[in-house]
Amino acid sequence: MTPPPMGLIIELTHRCPLQCAYCSNPLKLDPPSSELATDEWLRVLDEAAALGVLQVHFSGGEPMARRDLEQLVAHANAAGLYTNIITSGVLLDAERMRALITAGVDHVQLSFQDSEALRADVAGGYRGGHAKKLLAAALIRNSGLPLTSNFVVHRQNIDRVEEMIALGEALGSERMEIAHVQYYGWALRNRNALLPTIDQLESTTAIVEAARARLHGRIAIDYVVPDYYAARPKACMGGWGQRFINISPSGKALPCHAAETIPDMEFPSVREWSLFDLWHDAEAFARFRGTDWMPAPCQGCDRREIDWGGCRCQALALAGNAAATDPACTRAPMHHVMATAISEAGETDFTIPRRLARAPA
Amino acid sequence: MTTVPRFKRGVKFRFDTVRNVWIILAPEKLFMPDDIAVEILRLVDGARTTDHIVDDLARRFDAPRETIADDVVAALDDLSLRGAIQL
Repeated sequence: MTPPPMGLIIELTHRCPLQCAYCSNPLKLDPPSSELATDEWLRVLDEAAALGVLQVHFSGGEPMARRDLEQLVAHANAAGLYTNIITSGVLLDAERMRALITAGVDHVQLSFQDSEALRADVAGGYRGGHAKKLLAAALIRNSGLPLTSNFVVHRQNIDRVEEMIALGEALGSERMEIAHVQYYGWALRNRNALLPTIDQLESTTAIVEAARARLHGRIAIDYVVPDYYAARPKACMGGWGQRFINISPSGKALPCHAAETIPDMEFPSVREWSLFDLWHDAEAFARFRGTDWMPAPCQGCDRREIDWGGCRCQALALAGNAAATDPACTRAPMHHVMATAISEAGETDFTIPRRLARAPA
Repeated sequence: MTTVPRFKRGVKFRFDTVRNVWIILAPEKLFMPDDIAVEILRLVDGARTTDHIVDDLARRFDAPRETIADDVVAALDDLSLRGAIQL
């Protein structure tokens, strides 16, 4: 029997006050009318705890756009689940911070668009957003919670990574994430304006390494590199159907948050399936689980149980086949598309902002 | 040895009844401490000093106190490096 999942990622809503062009949400966002109701999420949380989930990540969109977030956190906490909120912070005020503490939230990850307010507000499409995030960071710290500040870096802001680290330090972060954009959804659509140059990548890596050494024992820095410059693919979600369940706002259970881009797959809805049944019995979770499904370069590869073939959604997006080896791998037949993408990057600075109302062609 | 080890903010140590193991839950990560670490962590309560923890374990496990002390110090250092506790 498949071991139970460790983590549950709950995309409570695709609504978000920000419009970041690097958002990894799907182009086709779930409309508010399709969102699961509070009692449906409460049942999912109970089922998750019984199944063996240990940590629940409240994500989105902006999870704080749901007024029942505090109720869901309290319920998860009572069920013994570790609760993590991944937020932009622009909807966090003193009252909601108190309510979240009362609900027993364990950790908050706060995202930043840039180190400079004006540039950050332009990137997020939300005037005054950066100032609100600075207030949110203070609220989180003053409440006694550990703070993780998350900086997503790309061609247009990466030259300020040193300032970003300084900001994270000044805010009293215990952890920082310097995360290169992951090219899914809106970010993939906007890739030519976002993918950094090799020089940008190398200088950023050097800056992060130096900061890690300087802050050792005080602030941990997680560094997520872009697949496009990697030799090996990332172990997407720790392997398909092995460690995580991601639930979309409308209740689709997904092995990877971008999985709905795979056209011939049917994903189980938590409205019709229990978490136990979908984890153990749904074809969508079984299809790319383990190593049996793997194509030739992965079969026989000594890294097949490290990388798990990379990301199925990226294989679809870049190689046209979800069952292909992730082109991020140098051993993949389609690896050359990464070089093509790099060569095309920078042809434009223009990005399409992430919006609920319309999906671009 | 007079320091009082405590769990770092945002860290939970609990028994997982599905897998029947003790588990450390922390921001964006989790891990299963080994048996020695589990025995030590069950005594980390924000009040006991490292000395108290060694005394308690030396009483319960029939081993020389120095051996236990070495194990406890090494395990606490490791758990501190992994972000679970602060010393």
